[in-house]
Amino acid sequence: MILDNYVVVRNLFLTDNIFLLTVKAPEIAGKFQPGQFCNIKVSESLIPLLRRPFSVSDVREDEISFMIAVTGEGTKILSLKKPGEHVNILGPLGHGFKIDKNFDLGIIVSGGIGIAPFPFLIKRLKDSGKEIVVFNGARTSKELVKLNTEKEFISTDDGSEGFEGNVIELLNSQKNILDGKKVKIFGCGPHPMLAGLQKFCARENIECEISVESNMACGFGICQGCPVHSAKEDKYYLICKDGPVFNSNEIIL
Amino acid sequence: MSEVDLTVKIGDKLELKNPVILASGTVGYGNEISEFIDLSKIGAIVTKSISLHPRKGNPPQRVVETTGGMLNAIGLANVGLEKFISEKLPFLEKVKSTLICNIAASTIEEYVECVSILDRYEIIKAFEINVSCPNVKDGGLIFGNNLNAVAEITGRVRKATGKTLIIKLSPNVSDIAGFARVAKERGADAVSAINTLVGTAFDINTRKPKIKNITGGLSGPAIKPVALAKVLEISRNVDIPVIGIGGITDWQDAVEFMIAGASAVQLGTVNFVNPKASIEVLEGLNKYCLDNKIKRIAELTASYVL
Repeated sequence: MILDNYVVVRNLFLTDNIFLLTVKAPEIAGKFQPGQFCNIKVSESLIPLLRRPFSVSDVREDEISFMIAVTGEGTKILSLKKPGEHVNILGPLGHGFKIDKNFDLGIIVSGGIGIAPFPFLIKRLKDSGKEIVVFNGARTSKELVKLNTEKEFISTDDGSEGFEGNVIELLNSQKNILDGKKVKIFGCGPHPMLAGLQKFCARENIECEISVESNMACGFGICQGCPVHSAKEDKYYLICKDGPVFNSNEIIL
Repeated sequence: MSEVDLTVKIGDKLELKNPVILASGTVGYGNEISEFIDLSKIGAIVTKSISLHPRKGNPPQRVVETTGGMLNAIGLANVGLEKFISEKLPFLEKVKSTLICNIAASTIEEYVECVSILDRYEIIKAFEINVSCPNVKDGGLIFGNNLNAVAEITGRVRKATGKTLIIKLSPNVSDIAGFARVAKERGADAVSAINTLVGTAFDINTRKPKIKNITGGLSGPAIKPVALAKVLEISRNVDIPVIGIGGITDWQDAVEFMIAGASAVQLGTVNFVNPKASIEVLEGLNKYCLDNKIKRIAELTASYVL
């Protein structure tokens, strides 16, 4: 964990509401695994008080990018940062996705801004020689951030692009692509979507890791503000420290 | 000018190397925060509330930000006494921290039992008794706003330990000085003030509370003026050391609390935002004393000019 100020090098809107904030952070850029996150102080002011947690979306040499949806005051302030301004970043935090030899086909399932950690994961999956298929769901085509991978299936709730419906329904409709392959699914998105993915993976008996979001204060285990219930024991995990990536059968959403 | 004497006394038995204390529930048992600060340099660390048995804590959502503050309803999630002793104490000993154990319980007997068991550990220099957690159904505030209960708990725990005894007071009462007075009468060495204020927040679209527990404890800069007034009220009415807590984010805040009557201060919510805050406050206090030719920082306590 390192706590420091880093300079913004680019800040660009990808959709009406989603932006990509890139900072130059040579001390930490090389230390991230896909799925890990940072806790960012959006300004020096006491309002907003708390840091905001964001997955690392991509790492390129000494730069880190965060893909962020404007959802409130804090994210709005971040969206207005200009190159040359600084943000105070705490990271790397939490545990990321695991890439091992037990699968050949990595399937990415994303809902909405759940797309954020996947550019970085895809890069690492490619480095490991994995085949990749993306299922990318959004509410409308306007809110969609495409990853432009070779095999990318799109769903929108309103049918404005790709499959009309949610991304789990889309995955279900294409599940023949799983046949005969050693598969691992990586999911990130809103809790109801992830709960749907948990059911799908349990039913199909597929290895799956999901990245879970939560309000949190500290981001490193001291405030105890981000619990998620264990599926196996009568206890809570902390999303910041034990997650944010969990095996899908480990937690109850 | 020679060096500043930063030591402060909390009652007769406890001398701290400086007045900066890490507040209960905001630094766990020290291991995570020690990646940012040298715990041996801090006046003291107060543990997350320890209860006789482990507590799972409340379901999510546990925290939500409010203007200049945050609401929490963690529900005293903690590892329990046994694991605290076997897994957490050795680390706190290793990093040479000055350790204050915060104790939570749902019955008076449980407070006494916890303190009796922990009393034998040399490294524990003081107990802070949490009679004011707003987020649990049993114990907590039920004790904290009942004068007789606070008197009884203080008296019974006093008999169980010779170490420094601090009672952590609730601000959710009409006469906090009255509580400080009974704590003193029943043998407490000091009081810490304030615990969080009961608050809530609603989502205007779902019309549901933003915290699953419905209400939570408000902390952070938003509560600082309230906390200062409570510290002043105790300081003016009761002759007992006060440890000031409530929304301190920098050294100026710490000075303000000391002027208002605090012998030492605790840093809470700020640790979540800036885990190095305690060291920065300590450096700032030292510089303030040098700049103002204050030889002993203890001179600041209750130095208000009204």
